Amino acid sequence: MDYTSIFPLMRAELTLTAILVLVFLYDLIAGKRGHRWFSAVTCVLLLVQVVVNLVPGPAGELFGGMFRTVPMDGVVKSVLSIGALIVCLQADRWLQREDTHHKQGEFYILTLSTLLGMYFMISAGHFLMFFIGLELASVPMACLVAFDKYRHHSAEAGAKYILCALFSSGLMLFGISFLYGTTGTLYFDDMAGRLTATPLEIMSLVFFFSGLGFKISLVPFHLWTADAYQGAPTAVTSYLSVVSKASAAFVLFTTLVKVFAPLIEQWQTLLWIVTVLSITVANLFALRQKDLKRFMAFSSISQAGYIMLAVIGGSALGMTSLVFYVLVYLAANLAVFGVLSTVEQHSGGRVSLEDYNGFYRTNPKLAVMMMLALFSLAGIPPFAGFFSKFFVFASAFKSGFYVLVFIALLNTVISLYYYLLIVKAMFITPSDEPIATFRSDVGTRISLALCMAGVLLLGVVSAVYDGINALSFGL
Amino acid sequence: MIKMEYYLVVSTILMFVGIYGFVTRRNLLAMLISVELILNSVDINFVVFNRFLFPGQLEGFFFTLFAIGVSAAETAVAIAIIINIYRNIRNIEVKNLREMKW
Repeated sequence: MDYTSIFPLMRAELTLTAILVLVFLYDLIAGKRGHRWFSAVTCVLLLVQVVVNLVPGPAGELFGGMFRTVPMDGVVKSVLSIGALIVCLQADRWLQREDTHHKQGEFYILTLSTLLGMYFMISAGHFLMFFIGLELASVPMACLVAFDKYRHHSAEAGAKYILCALFSSGLMLFGISFLYGTTGTLYFDDMAGRLTATPLEIMSLVFFFSGLGFKISLVPFHLWTADAYQGAPTAVTSYLSVVSKASAAFVLFTTLVKVFAPLIEQWQTLLWIVTVLSITVANLFALRQKDLKRFMAFSSISQAGYIMLAVIGGSALGMTSLVFYVLVYLAANLAVFGVLSTVEQHSGGRVSLEDYNGFYRTNPKLAVMMMLALFSLAGIPPFAGFFSKFFVFASAFKSGFYVLVFIALLNTVISLYYYLLIVKAMFITPSDEPIATFRSDVGTRISLALCMAGVLLLGVVSAVYDGINALSFGL
Repeated sequence: MIKMEYYLVVSTILMFVGIYGFVTRRNLLAMLISVELILNSVDINFVVFNRFLFPGQLEGFFFTLFAIGVSAAETAVAIAIIINIYRNIRNIEVKNLREMKW
C-alpha cells in the first residue's frame, strides 16, 4: 500500500487527529499560566485545520473500501469544524470559571473526539466503519452532557442521553444485522445492488432509520432532547444542537441514497410521516416553554424536520439545499446560543424567558443580534434563513411533495409566533429587574461576529450556494 | 445440527425482552441491563448469519467483536454517570429524576 496516497484523502481526519494529540499534550505540559491560554491555543489549531481543509479534496477510497470520500464530504466536514470552532470560542468564559477551570482540557479533547467520530461516520463505506464513527461521536458526547459533575441537572441529562443513545444504537444494529443476513455484505455499494425490498429488509430499514432518528431527534424519537438540552452545559447544548445534528442528517441522506436506493418508496413514506410529526409536534410544544434552553430544543427538533424536507427527494438539489440549510442554521443557532451562554455566565445562570424582559434597554447590541438570529431561524426575507428555507421547500416541491410543503409552510407561521415571543420580551415587555449591563469576553464577541456575518451574508452571496451545488450528488 | 431458525428465535426474544425491560423498568441499572440484552441479541444475529449463510467470510464475526468492544465502552460511561447520580441524590430510581419535565 502506498502511504503517500493516504494524506490527500484523509486530510481532514489526519489533521484533526494531530490537533487532538497536540491539545492532549498541551493539557499535560502547560502549567497554571499556560491553562489561561488553552482556549486560544485550541481555537488557533482548529482555525488552521479549517483553513487546511477549505478546498475539498479528491474523491477516492482507502483500506479496501472501508473509507471512501467524495468532495462533498470535505465541504460538510469543514462546516462541522467551523461549528466546533465557534462553540470553543463561546465556551471559554464558562471554562475559565473556578469550578470548571481544572478540567477545560477534558472539554476540548472530548469535543474534538466527537468531531473525529463524525468525520469517520461521514466518510464510511462499510457499516462497521459507520458504526464505530457513530459511537465515537456519541459516547464522548454523553460525557460532555454530564460534564458539570456536581450539578444534578447535568448528571440527569447525561443519564438520559447515554441510555437513549445505547438503546438507539441497539435498534440500529438490529436492523443492520438483518441487512447482513439478507444480502451477505456490509459494504455500502455491494448492499445497494443486492437489496430487493423484501419485508425483512423493509423492517431493517425501519430499525436503521429509528437509530439515526434518535441522533437527529426527529419526533417519535425526540423524548431525550429537551431534557438533555436543558441539563447540559450551554456550550455543550449548542454543540449538540448544531454539529451533532448536522452530521447525522447528512449521513442519513447519504446512506438513504447510496444504500437504500432500491427501497425508495418505503423510506419516502417513512420520511413523510416523520417530517410532518417533527415539525408540527415540536412547534406546538415550543409554544409552551418558559426555559429558553428547552425552547431552543424544540425549535431544533422542528428545524430537523425542515432538514428532512431536503432529504425526502433524494436528489442532487436536495443535497445542496441540505448542506446550505445546515450552514445557515449553524450560524443562526450558534448566535442564539452565544447570547444565551454569555448572559447565563454574566447574570448568575438566568435562562428563562421572563429574565429577558427589558433586555434591549440594558444590552442593546446583544438584543439586536439575538433578534437577527431569531429572524433568520424563522425565515424572514432579507436574512439567510429565508433563502435556506426557500431552497429546502423548492427541492421537496420539485420532487412532487406538494402537501408536505404546504404543511411545512403553515408551520413556519406558527414558528414565527414563538420566535417573536422572545423578541417581544426583549424589546417591549418592561421589567423591574432586567439583566444588568455587561461587556462580554473576546471569544464570545468574535464568535458572535462570525455568526452575524453568516446570518447577513450567506443568503445574499450566491457563490456559497453555487459552490455547494457544484459538488452535490443524488439518486 | 441445530437449525438456524432456532437461534434467530432466541435472538429475537432477547431483543424484545430488552425493549420491554427498557420501557417498563424504573431503575437505571435495570434499564442498562435491558439495553445490554438488545446488544447481545444483535451479536447472536451476526454470528448466526455468518456461520450458516455465508460460511466463507468473516465480516459478521468482525462486526460482533467490534460491537462487544464498543458496547463495553458505552456501558462503562453509562455506569460512571449512574454512580454520579447516586452520589448526588442517593438513589437511582427513575421517578426521582424529575427535576426537568415538560
